[in-house]
Amino acid sequence: MKTFLAFLLALAPLGAEVTVIKNATIMTESGKGTIKGSVLVRDGKIAEVGESVMIPPGATVIDASGQWVIPGIIDCHSHIAVDGNVNEGSVSVSSMVNIKDVINPDDIAIYRALAGGVTTANILHGSANSIGGQTIVLKMRWGKDAEGLIFEGATPGIKFALGENPKRAGNPQPAGRGPAGPLRYPATRMGVEDTIREAFNEAKQYKAEWDAYDAAVKAGQHPIPPRKDLKLEPLKEVLEGKRFVHAHCYRADEILMLIRIADDYGFKIKTFQHVLEGYKVADEIAAHGAGASTFSDWWGYKMEAIDAIPYNAALMAKKGIVVSLNSDDAELMRRLNTEAAKAMKYGGISREDALAMVTINPAKQLAIDNRVGSIEPGKDADLVIYDQDPLSNFSKVQKVLIDGNKYFDRDQEVSGRPRKEAEKQKLIEMERQQRIPTGGRRGQ
Amino acid sequence: MKNLVFAAIVFSACAAAQTQPASIAIRGVKIVTVSGPVIANGAVVLRDGLIEAVGENVQPPAGAEIIDGSGLTVYPGLIDALSTWGIPQPGGRGGRGGTAPAEPRANGPEDRPRTTSWIKAAEEIQANDRRIESARNAGFTTAVVFPTQGIFGGQGSVVNLAGAKSEDMVLVPSVGQYIAMNAGRGFGGGFPSSLMGVIAYIRQIYLDADHYRQVKAAYDRDPRGMKRLEYDRALEGVIESKRILLPAQREAEMDRMARFAAELRQPAILYGMREGYRAAELLKRANLPVLVSLRWPEKPRDADPDEVDTMRTLENREKSPSTPEVLKQAGVQFAFYSDGLDAPRDLQRAVKKAIENGLSREDAVRALTLSPAEIYGIADRLGSVEKGKIANLVVTRGEIFDDSTRVEMVFIDGVKHTPSPEPAGRGGAATGNRAENRGDQR
Repeated sequence: MKTFLAFLLALAPLGAEVTVIKNATIMTESGKGTIKGSVLVRDGKIAEVGESVMIPPGATVIDASGQWVIPGIIDCHSHIAVDGNVNEGSVSVSSMVNIKDVINPDDIAIYRALAGGVTTANILHGSANSIGGQTIVLKMRWGKDAEGLIFEGATPGIKFALGENPKRAGNPQPAGRGPAGPLRYPATRMGVEDTIREAFNEAKQYKAEWDAYDAAVKAGQHPIPPRKDLKLEPLKEVLEGKRFVHAHCYRADEILMLIRIADDYGFKIKTFQHVLEGYKVADEIAAHGAGASTFSDWWGYKMEAIDAIPYNAALMAKKGIVVSLNSDDAELMRRLNTEAAKAMKYGGISREDALAMVTINPAKQLAIDNRVGSIEPGKDADLVIYDQDPLSNFSKVQKVLIDGNKYFDRDQEVSGRPRKEAEKQKLIEMERQQRIPTGGRRGQ
Repeated sequence: MKNLVFAAIVFSACAAAQTQPASIAIRGVKIVTVSGPVIANGAVVLRDGLIEAVGENVQPPAGAEIIDGSGLTVYPGLIDALSTWGIPQPGGRGGRGGTAPAEPRANGPEDRPRTTSWIKAAEEIQANDRRIESARNAGFTTAVVFPTQGIFGGQGSVVNLAGAKSEDMVLVPSVGQYIAMNAGRGFGGGFPSSLMGVIAYIRQIYLDADHYRQVKAAYDRDPRGMKRLEYDRALEGVIESKRILLPAQREAEMDRMARFAAELRQPAILYGMREGYRAAELLKRANLPVLVSLRWPEKPRDADPDEVDTMRTLENREKSPSTPEVLKQAGVQFAFYSDGLDAPRDLQRAVKKAIENGLSREDAVRALTLSPAEIYGIADRLGSVEKGKIANLVVTRGEIFDDSTRVEMVFIDGVKHTPSPEPAGRGGAATGNRAENRGDQR
């Protein structure tokens, strides 16, 4: 009985948990712009944002005087928290594999991303295949199990890849620089196009079989269902608009090529990823309605990246494309705030629009902007507190909230280190004691 | 030829035992029945390979061979819940989890990569595997052996660890399918080359099996005018399997595999359990039986002294052996498995380590007798000292799993085996050679 009461008591504050962050400079990334004031969080959602917010009794108050609050950062292109190989590199169409099956909640990169202000990330299959695996959007809820990391309700995606990466396995590579073993089709950009078209030819036929089956069932017949094919199932979903295509690409010609395929088969590209020559075909990308998720200033690291310019993000944005900046990298992921700041230097983007490239814009690209990406009432309380201007490379993340719960606290992290280190040393010492030879064991 | 000679030796070794009288009685002995209370001083009568009577007031029948049990304890014969004893291992001892023999490069699930789901361990058993004798000397009378190569390794069989030929040994030919997340060689190898590829493949196999069954049923109802179904041995093997064994060492893997088993709608057993000590609640919720590896994680002997292990690695080495007790407390059904150990001393030490980490001796015995029998649904014939069950017993001087305890005799199908004073080498050292010999003969 006693424990039951204690249980109830423990639950009670959860029922109406209220947190107020006050005295902060808040970059809302909404129509409100940047304001000085408070954010009220209730039950994991943002309840109120404004210059003066009533603090309800019993609320947890975080005084952020002199500090800044921004919406949780969203990385539209990441490969963290994956168990095993991020590429199913054996086949050119690996749509049957799903990142969702191999989420690794133990990956320390999740915590490090949090410490860099990231609260949501689009976890993609690698770029080895023309059509890669299925993707998933995660929240960086460090400590939760795999299921607990998944961004509930976010539309799943699939990775496509164009250009050098998917054709590499079709060409002989210097020893140790690529796949060993038999070469794989395709070996050219033409082959990449053909591979994607062939896959959609199959998918259309597959869809027709299932549509016929569904119609027959509706008509009261009892046919044997067609074989469920895990490779074609996600492509069928793409054709039905139920799954987003995130396409890795570099060159203008291949971007146009994929738009033509999409038009021919009647589906949409949700985002072009990397898209370093996007500035050359920005009108076409905008007309297709695709987003562009690019690097701030990486270029020249391979032939297809030779025409990249750091003005790419700004130029595409000015043509009306929803542009985000991504990391593609566990380390860069921790510094996306300064990646955004670079758009101010290269292209003269405003502060708010620059930060939008790592908050509300990627949220739009992933169609989760009804939930995250800005500080507005009704949205998830995914908030980052910086000690100073988040667009400065001197700023440090102080606290990170996801769904109103604190997942990172710099003070706690730093003050907790000696205790963790002591725990570790204790284990090491215990093990050393146990390993002192008890007689017959030599040569340790 | 070599095999023949070896078989002959094994046969003659058993011959003495086979001329024994119709029944054997061990009296004045302590009996750990496992299924019921311990009998401090009683008798066990064995006849025709079965336990004929057990109890305090059991009288040996006339003509029975009498064994004086004073100072001895009778336990049910130990069962290794997941074993490769008797199955030829490629590359010898280190062959566990190795790649399957060369096969054409798979281009997708349709090529059924690294799949031998139709193979039954019963058909692969080699009675002359030296590890069998070694395990017997440690008190093991039975093992659930599996072909473990590839992704769908094959079907496990319950075998007794004595017999001149495999037919004598097999108790149950098929108890489940061994599945490993064997991702293969990566780039340049065939499909699948990643963990997610393996999972996708397994998922496709079960979808295909469902479809296969449906089409087959329709064809059997009325084949006229219907294209006949192409025979698929990979699917036949999967359909034939009563349950699946899925690997799970890390907590995240236990979570993943428990969900996967539920998705596949297959009765499942999880094996591994290195991080079982932190996953009791998860495993209880999953309501799946688990097999705990007796190979506790250890710092490698040749570890780089400058390398600092992660906290998780250190924790696992410290707490992994407490897994059995944690599972016991949580009410998770578990059994032990040898996981490559076969030398009696190693097996005894490994079990003792679990006892030192909180598991009671009774529970340790249970995890090697009745629990594995229950998990595989064979507790009606094995796993305890009960009337009518198969006469598989181990008789020790001293309490089982103690350092100083000796296995005095082992009964398998009622036949007495007396361990040689010192086990023949370190078990499977020579097995690899034998496996190779076998390969030559094919």
